[in-house]
Amino acid sequence: MELVEENLNEHHLDEKEVVDVVVRFAGDSGDGMQLTGNNFTEATALYGNDLSTFPDFPAEIRAPVGATFGVSAFQIYFGANDVTTAGDALDVLVVMNPAALITNVDNLVDGGLLIVDSGAFTAKNLTKAKYQVNPLEDGSLDKFRVLEIDITKQVLAAVAEFNLGHKTGVRSKNMWTLGLVLWLFDRDRAGTIKSLKTKFASKPDIANANIAALNAGHAYGETAELPAGIHVYKVPKAKVSPGTYRNITGTNALAWGLVAGSELANIELLFASYPITPASNLLHELVRHRDFDINTFQAEDEIAAVCAAIGASFAGSLGVTSSAGPGIALKSEGIALACATELPLIVVNTQRGGPSTGLPTKTEQSDLNMALHGRHGDTPMPVIASSTPTDCFEVAIEAVRLATKYMTPVMLLSDGYLANAAEPWKIPDFSEFEPFPVQHYTKAEDFKPSIRNEETLARVWAKPGTAGLEHRIGGIERSFDTGDISYDPANHQKMTDLRQAKIAGIANDIPLQEVCLGNKTGKLAVVGWGSTFGAIHQAVKRARAEGLDVSHIQVRYLSPLPRNLEELLKSFDSILVPEMNTGQFVRLIRSEYLIDAEALNKVAGQPFKIGEILAAIHAKIATSGSNS
Amino acid sequence: MNQALPKLTVKDYASDQEVRWCPGCGDYAILKTIQKLMPTFEQPKENQVFISGIGCSSRFPYYMNTFGFHTIHGRAPAVATGVKLANPELDVWVITGDGDGFSIGGNHMLHVLRRNVDLQILLFNNEIYGLTKGQYSPTSQTGTRTPSSPTGSIDLPLAPCEVAIGSGGTFIARTIDTQAKHLAAVVTRGHDHRGASFIEILQNCPIYNDGIFEQVTDKKTAADFKVELVHGEPIIFGKERERGIRLNHDSLKLELVDASSDDVLVHDETNKVLATMLAIMKGPDLPVAVGVIYREEKNSYVDDSQQQLISVRKTKVSMADLLTSGHTWEVE
Repeated sequence: MELVEENLNEHHLDEKEVVDVVVRFAGDSGDGMQLTGNNFTEATALYGNDLSTFPDFPAEIRAPVGATFGVSAFQIYFGANDVTTAGDALDVLVVMNPAALITNVDNLVDGGLLIVDSGAFTAKNLTKAKYQVNPLEDGSLDKFRVLEIDITKQVLAAVAEFNLGHKTGVRSKNMWTLGLVLWLFDRDRAGTIKSLKTKFASKPDIANANIAALNAGHAYGETAELPAGIHVYKVPKAKVSPGTYRNITGTNALAWGLVAGSELANIELLFASYPITPASNLLHELVRHRDFDINTFQAEDEIAAVCAAIGASFAGSLGVTSSAGPGIALKSEGIALACATELPLIVVNTQRGGPSTGLPTKTEQSDLNMALHGRHGDTPMPVIASSTPTDCFEVAIEAVRLATKYMTPVMLLSDGYLANAAEPWKIPDFSEFEPFPVQHYTKAEDFKPSIRNEETLARVWAKPGTAGLEHRIGGIERSFDTGDISYDPANHQKMTDLRQAKIAGIANDIPLQEVCLGNKTGKLAVVGWGSTFGAIHQAVKRARAEGLDVSHIQVRYLSPLPRNLEELLKSFDSILVPEMNTGQFVRLIRSEYLIDAEALNKVAGQPFKIGEILAAIHAKIATSGSNS
Repeated sequence: MNQALPKLTVKDYASDQEVRWCPGCGDYAILKTIQKLMPTFEQPKENQVFISGIGCSSRFPYYMNTFGFHTIHGRAPAVATGVKLANPELDVWVITGDGDGFSIGGNHMLHVLRRNVDLQILLFNNEIYGLTKGQYSPTSQTGTRTPSSPTGSIDLPLAPCEVAIGSGGTFIARTIDTQAKHLAAVVTRGHDHRGASFIEILQNCPIYNDGIFEQVTDKKTAADFKVELVHGEPIIFGKERERGIRLNHDSLKLELVDASSDDVLVHDETNKVLATMLAIMKGPDLPVAVGVIYREEKNSYVDDSQQQLISVRKTKVSMADLLTSGHTWEVE
């Protein structure tokens, strides 16, 4: 199906109270937009709104100042209802220079609020952004509410008493802007002030200058005469269930899920990886948690990382490795070794735009085919995907459970969006999680490395250091009966069948597929996997509010598929599968179940918008309606 | 832990697998020597682990009745690093060859040596790819005629010990497959070394590269083409031990000298400059050095990793602490 976008038609800023708002901070990669966004997010969470965030930064660490390819942005969608995406169109756009304006203004709704640092709209910066005429002067922004402020000048005045000099003083521009936006939405500054004091504990002058800038921005909102239609907007608190909450990114939730999995399995975990965008943060997070039974190893390359993880698993720990697409490709020989030797292993793929280096900082779901099929030989392995930042926690625990219970490598799919996006999380009660302690084999009597659990078909885990269990394993095909090398034709057939049956059998050990929104039968099911969850959910919710018979199904287990999935999908008249690839999951459904599922594909490095999926739902219902 | 261990013998170390190397392969001699040597370390057999990559030499673990892992081509050092990190108590051996260790797995060899992971790495160097039927390897002499180089190889070979020193290796030695006593002595010293021990074993492939080391292995010629290094002893060799090695102070190169000369070099295992020169020394003008070429005390990666773990694990943490760490807020 062709990708078109429907305007959700929500002009928020006409009222003093608005249900939800999308704000985007955009500036030079050195302007501190990520920090600004994170502080605003925290203040918003404390205020009591539901929210979802999406940091969108360039691949260049420090692009030339003022360049369009160096624009770094942070988007937050917050409101009184459940929020599951970072929002489609922008209600408020904050731009620190012309490059940030030209790259983002097309997403601002008519009537939206544009906050501009006019001090940065110099002839030089305009040229760098390829503006022929200053857009602040040619009337092209008349359809927006424009708040033009020379923020540079305001900041320098606010921090003058600290005598920091021009260069250092100007750095507080982001805090001044944050102060203004906090005022705009009636948010508290206390959290930001506290974090500035911590961040600059050793440089009190810098901390105080930033706080002064923050307060000055806030005061500007309170006291300056603002253009008509710009005022404080109240966003009612969301109705959320009682409990303790925190904000968490997908990366941190995944890391904590691995820690939790290691606790529940009562096993040491070795996380071995090689830095790659956008997966490196997982290593950064886990190395901070070695106070649990976690150790980390930064390997010399992707292959060494997977091999060290396999070595750890052979030695009785759980080996985990992580990368993004190109790195996973390098690991595939190692993954097959783990499959052949039947050792547990977790491989986390934080997918990014491909092929090759592709779009390293952008998101995509195009490694599903590789996860399902991308290995030499008949090499089946479970593949599971997380669908939201907080879902990463449970999916990581599930990966640990499956890997250790079935003695198999497990592929865990995340993506660049999930990794960096954050959302509030009701902190779970960890005592309610069911432990699944690992049992290493210890019986020396009649020991063979080929002994397996009759129910799970998992091979024994006999680790070095256990007397009487000395044995050899390797990549050469092994005898089903003894575990010794075997070139016997019938044995190879038997072992191949066994490897397939073991993974297929996991279908009996995973939950039945549920419908996450809507009825279990009906006209249309929108079926997603991974990070498309949020956009699909909102689109289906809106379609249902219009009275349309649409359901949302989000699949976590991609291999093996849930055992009721075929029956469930066949109970709908039609199936729509939105994916950030060219249709990898839809082809799986079509080939597995002979269902005429239709694809909706977006491969733009950006998540789906709600309006894009809603438009596809409308089109699909319209065509199926005319058929019936 | 302090229980007396049962006395083990060579028989305890032979697995029940039929050895499948070609008749006359140097690997048999190495296997026998290592099987004999293992009981002398007086360690629990279940703590000994042999890890290999791919190639003729890499079949070795199947024939040792210890824990063993025949992994994938070139990656044994990486797998071994993971094993050692997961359980530092294990005595981990890497068995590799010139192709496995320095062609496809060259990167891992570099880094396992640089990190000084506490392993014994035995590199069986036969200067040929045996298992794939005789192509030239990264240690084959230029001009080697093989199925993939019928008119002679044009690759320039590397010297394993030199690369190992250059990689930051802390124990570098060379020995010979069939010289059981020397092999056992060198491997024993490597085993005693804390950190990565790199031992190049000159190994004859009777099928594809027969006699490539004949000058240094044949009793008739060995004395003239091989010098046995002993720490603190003059570097002298020859049938009558009549020749020595000295440093030419003008060219900064090693050269032959009469053994009675005052300036015969005394071997110093801890001298990296000397070690590098000895590692690349070869005929026809100079003898090939065997023995411990270089040794240095440095922190082992696994020790340091354990040290960091001990220091970060001083206080017990709980999952609930982690989940509620940082900024949280209550919803009533």
